Amino acid sequence: MISLSDLVKTFHTRDGKVTAVDHIQLTIDEGEIFGIIGYSGAGKSTLIRLLNMLETPTSGEVVVAGKNMGRLTKQQLREARQEIGMIFQHFNLLWSRTVKENIAFPLEIKGVPKAEREKRVNELISLVGLDGRGGSYPSQLSGGQKQRVGIARALANNPKVLLCDEATSALDPKTTDSILELLVDINKKLGLTIVLITHEMHVIRKICHRVAVMEHGKIVEQGPVLDVFKRPREQMTKEFVKQVTEPEETEETLKHLFGADGIGHVLQLTFVGGDAKKPLINDIIRTFDVTVNILQGKISQTQNGPYGSLFIGVEGDRQEVQKVLEYIREKHVSVEVIHGE
Amino acid sequence: MSSSLFSLAFVRLFPNVNWSNMYDATYETLHMSFIALIFTFIFGIFLGLVLFLTAKGNLWENKVIYGITAFFVNVFRSIPFIILIVLLIPFTRVIVGTMLGPSAALPALIIGAAPFYARMVEIALREIDKGVIEASKSMGASNAQIIFKVLLPEAMPALVSGLTVTAIALVSYTAMAGVIGAGGLGDLAYREGFQRRQTDITFVATVIVLVIVFIVQLIGDLITNKLDKR
Repeated sequence: MISLSDLVKTFHTRDGKVTAVDHIQLTIDEGEIFGIIGYSGAGKSTLIRLLNMLETPTSGEVVVAGKNMGRLTKQQLREARQEIGMIFQHFNLLWSRTVKENIAFPLEIKGVPKAEREKRVNELISLVGLDGRGGSYPSQLSGGQKQRVGIARALANNPKVLLCDEATSALDPKTTDSILELLVDINKKLGLTIVLITHEMHVIRKICHRVAVMEHGKIVEQGPVLDVFKRPREQMTKEFVKQVTEPEETEETLKHLFGADGIGHVLQLTFVGGDAKKPLINDIIRTFDVTVNILQGKISQTQNGPYGSLFIGVEGDRQEVQKVLEYIREKHVSVEVIHGE
Repeated sequence: MSSSLFSLAFVRLFPNVNWSNMYDATYETLHMSFIALIFTFIFGIFLGLVLFLTAKGNLWENKVIYGITAFFVNVFRSIPFIILIVLLIPFTRVIVGTMLGPSAALPALIIGAAPFYARMVEIALREIDKGVIEASKSMGASNAQIIFKVLLPEAMPALVSGLTVTAIALVSYTAMAGVIGAGGLGDLAYREGFQRRQTDITFVATVIVLVIVFIVQLIGDLITNKLDKR
């Protein structure tokens, strides 16, 4: 659906040349939700704007839905953009228009007749769950509702691709979840390809099928979300993965327990996919002569299955503990001793 | 009829005031201001759009056109109005064909007020969130669609409040236009009131100008509030 080859974008600033996007190769398949994560300044905003030519590439090619975006005439580019919806962090609604008029805006641009516009707008209002709010002005809506209008507007012309530029970054956690659910819903219902950029791993975990990690204009790591969670290679990726797998302040909490009674070794077990359902702890207690103390744990759902980490304290004979470690590894659960040995 | 009623009531208070003349002068002031305002609006919007669109980082970024437009806007905005009228006498003769009557003041009024309004239009357009323009582009909007469906409607409250300020400035400009025999309240106040020491005429003319200004401001504020959905 989308393929980027050797894509480069440089900006000339007062302090010299800045390469925001540095020789990026990327393929995004039809119907997938693809996430790009990175800290601010990583170039992800520029990258997503290159997809619909809001930024023109310095070199390289962007192909979206079979169209080489850089080679289109102005008129062709406008038509191509009508097939690529985009939503924004700050919604970018027209405050002078009502919800209905905002959603009708892209239809007006395309030249859809009035009666048809009306019909389509009503469909979209229901799709995004804004029934009854059609006559309101954006200033009368909450952030979540505004983003729903943004989504309805982006979907008006039945696009093939939806670009999400930090679409949930200005929303509170609960609203973020409801917007993410809406995106998954749309992805399933309409088979829409979604590309989103974010700095929150939570968003990636919740809805993305594949993820790319961006740093200094380059994609440093990419793959299916679970794989990246399971084996993060880069330091950056590890930091992002930690955001969702470890409950907050895990380290501080656990440090207090180090050396306490019944906590000889502290192990971190990481479950990926189906592993999370195995009765591993039960087996350990039954098979080995050790005491097991569950300290902290968290399981998260991703689009490709569950992912979780569990911190346990194990007290027992050194050899016995060694056996426990081997046993856990045999079960394909990754384990790390974070205290004791 | 109404003028005779007024003169009966106020004849003692304002002995020198000829209410029929006052009425004519008020009409001339309103007439000049109104016609000038319409043209100022058209030219001001046009010039303001040119200034905004050709500025750095905008849709039609063009240093040359921006530079030339900004130069003329600044020049005509800086010339004191009284001097502008005199400078424009030959031009007015060609355009209007006469130097007498309210119409003769129009070219100077418009040329004086349009650049003033153009700057306010430019400021109003700059206030629009760049993200909204970006969103419109992402939807495949043409530049014409962006101008007429996004820029002007989104800036409308500011355009109207700017027009209110301009309208009030125009009313005071018309007073100065009396110098070239354009008529109106200012002319009356100056010739009949000041030069012939009939203070009551100056006073009444001033009050009428004030009332006009208040009404213009009131209407402008009402429309601005009605349009502003932020």
